[in-house]
Amino acid sequence: MTTTYVPTVSPTRPWKKTPAQLIPTVVILILALLLDVSVVAVTPMKGKLAYALLFFLFSVGMQFIYAWVKRGRPAAMDSLAGAVTMTGGMIVFLPVLSILVTVLVKGLPGLGLHTFTQTMEKTSYSDPLSSGGLLHAIVGTLYLIVIATAIALPLSILTALYLTEIKGRAAGFIQFLVQAMSGVPSVVAGVFIYAAILLTTNLRGSTFIGALPLAILMIPTVTRTAQEVLLLVPAELREAGLALGATQWRTVATIVVPAARSGLITAVILGVARIAGETAPLLFTLGTTDKVNLNPFTGGQNALPYYIWSGLRDGTEGGVARAWTAILVLLILVLSLFTTARIFGNRKAKR
Amino acid sequence: MSMSSLVILTLIGLFLSLRGYQAFKSQGFHFITGVDWVAAQDGSGEKNVFGLGAMIIGTLVISATALVVGVPLSVLTALFLTFYAPERFKKFLISVVDLMASFPSILYGLWGFFVLMPMAEYWAKLIHKYLGWIPIFDVPQPAYTRSPFIAGIVLAIMIIPIVTSVSREIFAQTPLDRIQAAYALGATRWAMIKAVVLPFGASGVVGGAMLGLGRALGETVAVYSVLNIVFKVNFQVLYGFGGNIASMIVQKWGEASLSEGKALLAAGFVLFIMTLLVNMGANYIVRRTVKTGR
Amino acid sequence: MSNEHDQDGEDMSVTAPASALSSVAANRAHREPGNMPLGSGLEARGIHAWFGKHLALADVSLDFGAGTVTALIGPSGCGKSTFIRTLNRMHEFIPSAAMAGEVLLDGKDIYDPQIDVTKVRLEIGMVFQKPNPFPSMTIGENVLSGLKLAQIKRDNKEQLLEECLTRAGLWNEVKDRLDAHAGGLSGGQQQRLCIARSLAVNPKVLLMDEPCSALDPGSTLRIEDTISQLARTMTIIIVTHNMQQAARVSDYTAFFLSDGGPGQMIEVGPTNEIFSRPKDQRTENYVSGRFG
Repeated sequence: MTTTYVPTVSPTRPWKKTPAQLIPTVVILILALLLDVSVVAVTPMKGKLAYALLFFLFSVGMQFIYAWVKRGRPAAMDSLAGAVTMTGGMIVFLPVLSILVTVLVKGLPGLGLHTFTQTMEKTSYSDPLSSGGLLHAIVGTLYLIVIATAIALPLSILTALYLTEIKGRAAGFIQFLVQAMSGVPSVVAGVFIYAAILLTTNLRGSTFIGALPLAILMIPTVTRTAQEVLLLVPAELREAGLALGATQWRTVATIVVPAARSGLITAVILGVARIAGETAPLLFTLGTTDKVNLNPFTGGQNALPYYIWSGLRDGTEGGVARAWTAILVLLILVLSLFTTARIFGNRKAKR
Repeated sequence: MSMSSLVILTLIGLFLSLRGYQAFKSQGFHFITGVDWVAAQDGSGEKNVFGLGAMIIGTLVISATALVVGVPLSVLTALFLTFYAPERFKKFLISVVDLMASFPSILYGLWGFFVLMPMAEYWAKLIHKYLGWIPIFDVPQPAYTRSPFIAGIVLAIMIIPIVTSVSREIFAQTPLDRIQAAYALGATRWAMIKAVVLPFGASGVVGGAMLGLGRALGETVAVYSVLNIVFKVNFQVLYGFGGNIASMIVQKWGEASLSEGKALLAAGFVLFIMTLLVNMGANYIVRRTVKTGR
Repeated sequence: MSNEHDQDGEDMSVTAPASALSSVAANRAHREPGNMPLGSGLEARGIHAWFGKHLALADVSLDFGAGTVTALIGPSGCGKSTFIRTLNRMHEFIPSAAMAGEVLLDGKDIYDPQIDVTKVRLEIGMVFQKPNPFPSMTIGENVLSGLKLAQIKRDNKEQLLEECLTRAGLWNEVKDRLDAHAGGLSGGQQQRLCIARSLAVNPKVLLMDEPCSALDPGSTLRIEDTISQLARTMTIIIVTHNMQQAARVSDYTAFFLSDGGPGQMIEVGPTNEIFSRPKDQRTENYVSGRFG
């Protein structure tokens, strides 16, 4: 016998603060603001820093006293801790906001169609921003991404498969190495490739050589993300494959990897985002050029981070302005990669 | 194939130490302890003097500054995100932290130089004015530009995402039954955090901070942009010069002679070993925390 | 410590005949409410509980007389744990949770917005399914942790420590190692430590949510002893899966059941009546082991 019970009361959440209970907080904030303004006006303390600091002290202090009077010392400590942790979160938010605004304000003036269609072959930093562009650097960055991915992807996926599927005797050790590798500074990867290849052979800097340190930096990121998504593949799928008499290798190749495909794509995108903005290793390995170079093996190459670096090092007004425009383009590239990875990742999580 | 990481790590160590061997051999311990760097012209017969000491100390000073500024902010943010933030705000702030992690380091360098530095100089003057009696905040001359303090702040901002997300992960794993036990005894949120979350998460935070340290030690272009590199030991963080191995390599690279280039590779080797040790320690601590649940 | 979440570990008695249970219940002294100077006890009025849109518990009203032991029994998913968690406001830690109704402690609604929830939990203590001492603290610190958490000043802590551990029936076992870490105790000892910890803040009511479900039969009996001792000084409400236990320790028993919809309270009465002559057929079916 199942009867549908219809409750005659509606759900409430008496533990949630009602608007009326927020009134003291609002009053305290207003008081703190008034006090803040008047203290800054009367005393020699001046500037944004003084305003922010005093407002923080006044509002937190008054809330602390209010909570103490109303509910005692533990409640006062709790109110203090809440305010302090929130301030910490706010402070973290500030540089991000500042960075985004700065990039937009300084990068937009130089941005135009020419940014994507022209190179710096016939333009110098002193020329107006409306001439010359990033085409060669964009091409270089895309080349670097493709080559680094082509090298890092098989190594990373195979390592991840070894760690999650085969779980061999060395798994613990390799896991440890992958983690150690994720801590290798990018500049070290750069000087390593220089020492190992450019110093040993008579090759010169090129796109291919430049992609090598990037691949080194990419492997740990892709491996660790791939590992996580492979672990999400349900064990029943594997067992089903093995029960049908398939070898472990065939099961992995035909069942596990396809099942984890969108997650593996996320892993690659995160890896690409990790290296797209790397600057330091390119300084040792890329050579340089001001025009589009479609040959990845000979001749120098340019790249967005390298281009930014050159502009910044040049130090002239034109060079720096161009650097800001390039960083705007680079940021858009990196952020769209991250957004894509998120969308892929979310879709994976929903299924 | 899966051994590739072993091969790569070994090769890095091998090539850098081999190529830098000459520098180690000719300089001996002076390479680590010495504080002067004089490169002679190749074939001029003059003696090279390569001492990395000032750079090593400078790297540590900057990284320590980054930790002092960045770790408390990260822990506060992680606590706020895990226990205080309203659900909607939480998601927003988490994506802000992720966004921070995605910024390329050259962007931090550019922003640090043009936006942060003018502000940070002002803060440095204030600190000197009120806390100048503490030796490390003293400044012999009013030169505040491109100081270790400013580089440290840039690095602090750069390590906040990693330290925050590691701390947040650890805090979120605090066993629910302990949290409930504390609340059932009449604890406020803060009393609960103090009694349960912080003892549980402390070593995880240390691990997260060490991961941040690993990153700070090896950061190159962001530090290069905001630090005045001088071969002289400087503990006065507000004073406008300092040292940094990674940035020094980039700075000297362009016009290095053959023997100096080898010394730079040896410097890269030193940096490699430093970051490797810090990272291994960090991973060990983080993993142990997650495993034992203490 | 073994990690047994299996709630039916020592629950063989579910199928025991009702007659045996009723004789157990009849053999223990029955306490009437109200004859002890302990205040007026706890009253739940029309409690509903939701998780998101899902109504988990509907319209439960129960009086818990001061100084009595009430057992809440019923099959899994009947809402008895949800109910006990509304009694000291632990329900609200689930993000989607909502509720309706009143819980009166000495006549005052604990859900009144003017009331400080931390004070409520000081007066209504709770012991959980799994023993959960604080592993970073010693045995002594664990017992006194409530004072520290709620910042209560108290002189003579040694005396309080001994008193709480004695009431929880643990003093003789741990008096020589109060400075040892709590992790070294057995599961049953840890649970009694948790009881001692609840006692230190001197609550009027103690809620116990299946306190023995993770323990072996020997430890279970010791905890039941402790409950009987404590009942003279406070009001106890215990959720249990084990009808034997309900029959052994409680003065009153309330039977909860969900017929696919929200959990409801079917029947409440003196324990010996519930086990010997229940009024509702469904209670009869449950206590006689026809389902469960």
